[in-house]
Amino acid sequence: MYLRPGTLSEACEALAAHPLRILAGGTDVFPSLGDGPAPSALLDITGLAELDGVTLGEEWIRIGARTTWARIRAAELPAGFDALKQAARDVGSVQIQNVATIGGNLCNASPAADGVPPLLCLDARVELASATGRREMPLAAFLRGVRSTDRRPDEILTAIVVPRARAAGRSVFAKLGARRYLVISVVSVAVRLVPDGAGRVAEAAVAVGSCSAAACRLPALEAALVGLPIGPDLAGAVGPDHLAPLAPIDDVRGSAAYRLDVAATLVGRALASCGAPS
Amino acid sequence: MRHEGKPIGFLLNGAPVASRAAPAVRLTRVLRDELGLTGTKVGCDAGDCGACTVLLDDEPVCGCLLACGQADGRRVTTIEGLTAASPTARRLQAAFLRHGAAQCGICTPGMVVAATALLDREAAPDEAAVLDAIGGVLCRCTGYRKIVEAVLDAGRDATPAAMPAAGAAIGARVQRLDGARKVEGRDLFGADGAPADALVVRAIRSPHHRAAFAFGDLAAFRAAHPGIVAILTAADVPGRNRHGVIAPYADQPVFAEREARFRGEAVAAIVGEAAVVEALDLAALPVTWTPLPAYTDMDSALAEGADRLHADRAGNVLVRGRVARGDAEGGLAASAHVAGGRFETGFVEHAPIEPEAGWARRVGDRLELAACTQAPYMDRDDVALILGIAPEDVRILPTAVGGGFGTKLDLSVQPFLAIAAWRLGRPVRMTYSRSESIATTTKRHPGRMDVRVGCDAAGRLTAIAFDGDFNTGAYASWGPTVANRVPVHASGPYFVPDYRAETRAVHTHCVPSGAFRGFGVPQASVAVEQLYDELAAGSGLDPLEFRILNALRPDQPTVTGQVLGEGVGIRACLEALRPHRDRARRDAEAFNRAQAGPLRRGIGVAGMWYGCGNTSMSNPSTMRIGITPAGRVSLHQGAVDIGQGSNTIVPQIAADALGLPLAVIDLVSADTDLTPDCGKTSASRQTFVTGKATELAARALRATILRLANAGETATIVPEPGALLVQDGDHARRIVLADLPRDAHGYALCEERSFDPPTTPLDADGQGSAYAVYGFGAHLAEIEVDAALGTVRVLKITAAHDVGRAINPTLVEGQIEGGVAQGIGLALMEEFHPGRGENLHDYLIPTAGDVPPIESILVEDPSWVGPYGAKGIGEQALIPTAPAILNAIRDATGARLHRIPATPDRVRAAILAAAAATPSVPAGGGGCRFGEGRMGETPTR
Repeated sequence: MYLRPGTLSEACEALAAHPLRILAGGTDVFPSLGDGPAPSALLDITGLAELDGVTLGEEWIRIGARTTWARIRAAELPAGFDALKQAARDVGSVQIQNVATIGGNLCNASPAADGVPPLLCLDARVELASATGRREMPLAAFLRGVRSTDRRPDEILTAIVVPRARAAGRSVFAKLGARRYLVISVVSVAVRLVPDGAGRVAEAAVAVGSCSAAACRLPALEAALVGLPIGPDLAGAVGPDHLAPLAPIDDVRGSAAYRLDVAATLVGRALASCGAPS
Repeated sequence: MRHEGKPIGFLLNGAPVASRAAPAVRLTRVLRDELGLTGTKVGCDAGDCGACTVLLDDEPVCGCLLACGQADGRRVTTIEGLTAASPTARRLQAAFLRHGAAQCGICTPGMVVAATALLDREAAPDEAAVLDAIGGVLCRCTGYRKIVEAVLDAGRDATPAAMPAAGAAIGARVQRLDGARKVEGRDLFGADGAPADALVVRAIRSPHHRAAFAFGDLAAFRAAHPGIVAILTAADVPGRNRHGVIAPYADQPVFAEREARFRGEAVAAIVGEAAVVEALDLAALPVTWTPLPAYTDMDSALAEGADRLHADRAGNVLVRGRVARGDAEGGLAASAHVAGGRFETGFVEHAPIEPEAGWARRVGDRLELAACTQAPYMDRDDVALILGIAPEDVRILPTAVGGGFGTKLDLSVQPFLAIAAWRLGRPVRMTYSRSESIATTTKRHPGRMDVRVGCDAAGRLTAIAFDGDFNTGAYASWGPTVANRVPVHASGPYFVPDYRAETRAVHTHCVPSGAFRGFGVPQASVAVEQLYDELAAGSGLDPLEFRILNALRPDQPTVTGQVLGEGVGIRACLEALRPHRDRARRDAEAFNRAQAGPLRRGIGVAGMWYGCGNTSMSNPSTMRIGITPAGRVSLHQGAVDIGQGSNTIVPQIAADALGLPLAVIDLVSADTDLTPDCGKTSASRQTFVTGKATELAARALRATILRLANAGETATIVPEPGALLVQDGDHARRIVLADLPRDAHGYALCEERSFDPPTTPLDADGQGSAYAVYGFGAHLAEIEVDAALGTVRVLKITAAHDVGRAINPTLVEGQIEGGVAQGIGLALMEEFHPGRGENLHDYLIPTAGDVPPIESILVEDPSWVGPYGAKGIGEQALIPTAPAILNAIRDATGARLHRIPATPDRVRAAILAAAAATPSVPAGGGGCRFGEGRMGETPTR
């Protein structure tokens, strides 16, 4: 079965009626097939206009779930989204960025998903729709673990919403991989800093990917940063205890110890550069 | 809402098409299988390689990741459409040809499509924009630099260079003669040319490293799946269920019998209608697997009392290699400086962008087999044994080969295709998936080498003791060649009086290791060239000067006692690097002085030598050149061009040896019915061996023509329609070709000559003339290490190579740049772990952004046994890159890498270890473990 609805309500009806795998950019669905045949039951959501594009509201900034990385990169967004735009440039290749969607990046729930740390720093929330209604929740709650989310099989992720207030300040994204293009992150980090009137940190958000089952924020570090002067010296504020939320694993891309080591370095550098004048 | 059942309609290359395919089918399948547009290549089916790049509404996307239903109502443009209608693409294709940007051609359509999209948006992009645009398309041949140059130069409307005149072909930068079909996506690779009615073959493979197995009711399974025509097992092999590239060691079954010895070994094959076989869940076939204890490393296989993988191979040692000269232990004991250590390398995957593919059909009592291969005659002989028929009854038709690098010397799809076509009498086709290709085809041998090297107080090398074990996997493949090549080459291109090198090829329950660009020599080089830097430091010499001091001279014996006499260009290569070393040293020191952060720059050098052709064994090539009654020259060019350029180089040699313009030569490409045996495309032998056979055949044909015309040596031959005009001073004679009797091949005139490089057998100590010709070279690597992250960015490689005579400098540079790129991969990122990462997102090869500018310096110190003095370059180019990079890492950071690839985690660990051992060595920011300093360059660069 292959369904390509034109409206969200049709899509929700179809999901309520059939067990369907949702297809958008296809950049995770097709690779997951391995040597197997084409999937037998697909709900192609690329016909849903209401899930596409970026809307700048007064209270909220809303990114439709099937907005591609290429469109996010090109979108007019506040500086707090710079980290997300940098991630959009570093996801896969141009070919991937032209079709892969931000919603797919979240629903695929890879610990290395490059979109997640920047969105966590924006306190992003996700919207889900089903035939029985809509709900929304913080992204941090939506991502439950490796390849696991809070989405029910009958639900569609429809949008990512960011409170205007959380989009303030500047943000930076950095990822570490073993080659330049098309590389899965060994560690990725995002930081967002809001200055006070005196050039000090009024509000900080720091998130790290690939170092835990789902990317996560570092609240102790964020608290420690408040009140410090923005600038290169912020790197020195990072201490071992601040990394407590991270629980990296050993794999072929790097050991757990290495990940913790470079996560600290990358966070420090991101903090230092986030303060630099653009 | 769209459902299946309705045809999918889209604009394909400007014209409306309708497809009946199921909407979830990948667009690449529809384009290639249903609509017949095979210019769009499939390399991975996972978006990792970009070979399938097409334009969707003018934006590049991977066709393998697009459900064809998603193309409904949209515009799809492929390489065929761009070639037909895009002036931008036409200019770019011309630039690709000018710059030698296409080698094998398998990635070229994807490259051209991706770059055309950029150029249509931005007419004059800078290099960074070009890299971003092509960063998603992997190339394994070119090293990307000529592709980048071509894209940057694509705005120019250049007139194509004229073909060289008579006598001017050798040394000319002739555009690849088979290039147009590559840049236009018209070349037919293994998966491109099968008959439409061919049945599909898929193999059933062991999911365990070692397992006993038993089949359930295969007949019932077949009956339950209409469309399956046959399920083949070992019982269906008509002849010998065993093959191998070295006949005395042939040990690999087509289908395992009772026990599978590596993960991915085939036990059965399903043959049937495409739609049925492609939709099958192969795991559903009734096979009971009983996993058995497996040796996945050499220690367990070598342990006392270990089971034997092969009954006749005691201790699981396939073969031992040995070269000894003088007294290595005595020489080391007397040395002023000795350096030593253990060095280890991993499995490395060739990753040709074309997975193995082909098709076959039975024609009466003969079998025709078209597949990508590096060795058509070896394929012919082994397939004949498997079928139990005469070799003459097998016709091998090599397709275009989308990258080989050694892995396509061994059989892959061929036995399955041959047995199925032979048994069923119907055409069959088979294409490996990327995971199948990675899991089951040969790899570079992991090496574990214990090495000691010594020199005297002045820095002159005195002695080497080398003991190397190489994990050869479950079957022999080219294990014996690796075990024998390494001891001959482990000294590097230096004079070493006291020498002992011993090797073992060790069986394990891993994928077979085979031939990979250098046959073990790159691994040995990683060990020995790093230790030479230690000796240089010990004796107070600059690493380059240490190598110049020790460079082998033509009058000095090699470690096998061979005195080459001529063509020993290593000193010239090393000396050519001197000004570059001086400049690079200044640059690195200035950079390091100017910043206190974690970025450290360093430089490193390494030398290499490599014998061309088989090691002290016969490996002839035979060339036939005929002149048709119409006056065209037919070159029966049996050397398979896998991208390296023999389809261009061999005609260049033929043209000058004949004294005719290159443009009158027509190629008869490899086909075991039509072309004499030119041996395998391997061992850097085609330019040298086939080139020499070509020179001999062409000179003989010229002599025949001159004799007919009663003309002297210096006469010119001018081809005319149906005739040859021979002009010798004032004397002119026209040979009317129609007047001459035709030979068995239909030629008016024809000559055939063979050449076999002169070598001698090696004695028990490996003494003798191992090769007739060696290529030499040296690389200078400039790198930048982020000491806090352990990332390494290669800034530049300067590569000096003695190629004897550069028949075609553009193609020689192409080999160097491609070899350097693979050397970067070997040094920094490539390692295959059996059972893990059987794809191109876990197994990383360099992208366009990972290969820096490469400056090639061509040194020509001729070896006259080769054609016009030429030597091979294919493997030579890869060998010094990795040790040069590793020496540069040491230079930058003080960290010595004993295990490669030097991934960021290993480099960081080595830096921390070096800092702990030597408090003066900074570990990327000294005491501030948690990242001080500024945000560096993009950390992944």
